[in-house]
Amino acid sequence: MNEQQQTLWQFMSGQSDKLLSQTLQHGGLTFISLILAIAIGLPLGILIARKRKLSGMVLGIAGVLQTIPSIALLGFMIPVLGIGAKPAIVALLIYALLPIIRNTYTGIIGIDLHVKEAARAMGMSKGQILLKVELPLAMPVILAGIRTATVINVGVATLASFIAAGGLGEFIFGGISLNNTNMILAGAIPAALLAIILDALLSLVQKTDVKKLRKGLYIFPVIILVLGGFYALPSAYGSTLTAGFTPEFMGRQDGDLGLKSTYGLKIHTIVISDAVMYKAAYAKELDVISGYSTDGRLKAFDLKILKDDKNIFPPYYAAPIVRDEALKQFPELEKTLNLLSGKITDSIMTDLNYRTDYLHQQPERVARDFLISKGLYKAPKNGHKGTVRIGSKIFGEQYILAEMYSMLIKGNTQYAVATKTGLGGTKICFDALMNDQIDFYPEYTGTGLLVLLQPNPKIAKEMAHDKEKTYNYVSTEFEKKFKIKWLKPIGFNNSYALMMRQKQSKELNVNTITDLKNYLDKN
Amino acid sequence: MIELKEISKKFGDTQAVKQVSFSVAREETLVLLGTSGCGKTTTLKMINRLIEPDAGQILINNENIIDEDPDVLRKGIGYVMQNIGLFPHYTIAENIALVPKLLKWDKAKIVSRTQELIEKLHLPESTLTMYPHELSGGQQQRVGLARALITDPSVLLMDEPFGALDNVTRTSIQKEFKALEELKRKTIVMVTHDVLEAFELADRICLMDKGEVVQIGTPKELLYQPTNDFAKRFLAGQKLILEFKVVNIQDIWTYLPQEIVHRGETETADLSIWEAMELLRNKDRSELFISGPNKAIKSINFEQLTSGFNQYQNAQHHE
Repeated sequence: MNEQQQTLWQFMSGQSDKLLSQTLQHGGLTFISLILAIAIGLPLGILIARKRKLSGMVLGIAGVLQTIPSIALLGFMIPVLGIGAKPAIVALLIYALLPIIRNTYTGIIGIDLHVKEAARAMGMSKGQILLKVELPLAMPVILAGIRTATVINVGVATLASFIAAGGLGEFIFGGISLNNTNMILAGAIPAALLAIILDALLSLVQKTDVKKLRKGLYIFPVIILVLGGFYALPSAYGSTLTAGFTPEFMGRQDGDLGLKSTYGLKIHTIVISDAVMYKAAYAKELDVISGYSTDGRLKAFDLKILKDDKNIFPPYYAAPIVRDEALKQFPELEKTLNLLSGKITDSIMTDLNYRTDYLHQQPERVARDFLISKGLYKAPKNGHKGTVRIGSKIFGEQYILAEMYSMLIKGNTQYAVATKTGLGGTKICFDALMNDQIDFYPEYTGTGLLVLLQPNPKIAKEMAHDKEKTYNYVSTEFEKKFKIKWLKPIGFNNSYALMMRQKQSKELNVNTITDLKNYLDKN
Repeated sequence: MIELKEISKKFGDTQAVKQVSFSVAREETLVLLGTSGCGKTTTLKMINRLIEPDAGQILINNENIIDEDPDVLRKGIGYVMQNIGLFPHYTIAENIALVPKLLKWDKAKIVSRTQELIEKLHLPESTLTMYPHELSGGQQQRVGLARALITDPSVLLMDEPFGALDNVTRTSIQKEFKALEELKRKTIVMVTHDVLEAFELADRICLMDKGEVVQIGTPKELLYQPTNDFAKRFLAGQKLILEFKVVNIQDIWTYLPQEIVHRGETETADLSIWEAMELLRNKDRSELFISGPNKAIKSINFEQLTSGFNQYQNAQHHE
């Protein structure tokens, strides 16, 4: 099973079921939110064109909503709307609102005043003026707004996969995490096509002359409803418990695939982003999630790790990986980075993560406090013998580690430091390293083995459960293949883990993954 | 027919219209004349309630228009505006048929009435399926007029109806307008800043300044009996041509040569001096035969015409 050698076409035809359902979900999400945005935005636009005093406020609010980062907006929705389609549709609706309101407003106020006066002078009522004069004349501008909103929505809908609403984002973000280009393209190409096709269709509507348009206007909502309906297809719930797994976990041998093959676990699963998964579990939207064993939110949300009694999750010991060239360029770097080796255990890391994730302390402060307590902190020397570039993935633990390394380098060497934190996923981080955009970042042995090297399954299985063997294997292979060096492990093992709420785990008496499987089989 | 009683209107701090009163008789054409900003357009728009007055009353056929539903009121009043205001997304036929459709006339009636109007207004039938932007300015204005006339309203309001046209087109449309039977039966209030146009088309002129009525009267009264300096100054620039236009042969009859006996074609004595001059100059005739009061006929040439006019002028000024 070497996915790298598969062609894109093979991947897409192999996954055609998933591809079709994701595309339909994607279209459905886009359309439902678009209908709602039109239903809200059009009357609002008309209202503010009538009462101009309100226009500043309404457009201002819509504009502010537009600037909220999409993932943050999705995060805000969870406590109120839970996870799944509802918050995704609301978020998309919010993004679609501004172009529709603004264009309706400008379309209507842009109409020649004399035409409006003539309409009034001929004795047309306000309703007649709206329907027969203002809306038809503003229609090209309004349609342009709807086009913009549609294209925005197709794009933002990829993020719906973060909160278990499905869509092509499942492939795209899964592919990014799994370093699987085919998977990324299988999501990105249909999404791009969807945007292009919808935009072309709408531009066709826009260009049709006004007469035909009138009839077209009645067909338009029907088409939208039908397409929107795809999303409303009921999904079959197969089990009493619901699991939320990250896109990355879904596609990994040491993730969902392993759970199925080794444990025979059958659970209703939805795909969700790591950023909102823990909260969703806490809010009882999800019962089982795929977390990380050192995650601070484990402590914050009172979750329990289910024991991996059949050892499918390989060890994930963290260590900085550095380009050989960088080690040559910065001779003191290796020594400095190794200062941290063996200093952080699982429980320390969980506690540090807890401080950032739950107590909302700045990673910088958490890092400094820790280094001071270990007597490793030194005031920066403010040297300028070149700049070391540190990368990190986009979660708390990596931010803390990046801060610690930054302080160690500044305090112990004459080098300056630039940090490039929050790189989207393994693939992005690793590509940045390979392309000389960063000099090092903290990586995990398991990820190095299964995601970056992807050896044949036999070797993988042999390695998987032995900490030493895995580390040695990735060290030699990385050096050989990529000219990248694994420095000494930091100490903790941040492996995948299945988690449940403490209380539920006690109630159901589920402590291991096998317990979970047995429980599910019985119910 | 139309009566305005002490109408006033303020926009913010500006008094746009101040206690304006006038009445327009049935089938009369009253022209509101004045410089821009004098309140004439505001006054006009208050008659179909496009603007609501702050004070005063407007009666149409003795009924206070404030008691009527504005949309119903407006459907009953023809309205022609300077910028024409045709709907760009409607064909010419649809633009003309706008009000009848609102009134739910049946199709056959709309079609026959549209036919009738485009013939009277010299619009080619092919224009009916076109859109406004495909027509010339003059044609658009005719469509605007057709739209206002289609329901044959007894009252017509015209806001600088020829203002957007070039001079040549304007003169010819004014002539057609004046000759149009359909318009002679209407009570018309028209706004213009063009003195010549006002003199050409008005039965009576209401001269306005700074929101107030300066003088109301026939063109001749305005010209020869201006009530104040403003009225005098307003017409001063074009006084001679206006006099040629308002004075007719009848007025100068006594200053013309002796009666003669003539059998053949004659002109009527209500020919204006201007028209008589045009006939003599343009048609290259050396003399005109005019039949005056009591079937008396006089023959005049250009010199006799101007001399008669001069004597009449002198008599007016010495009154």
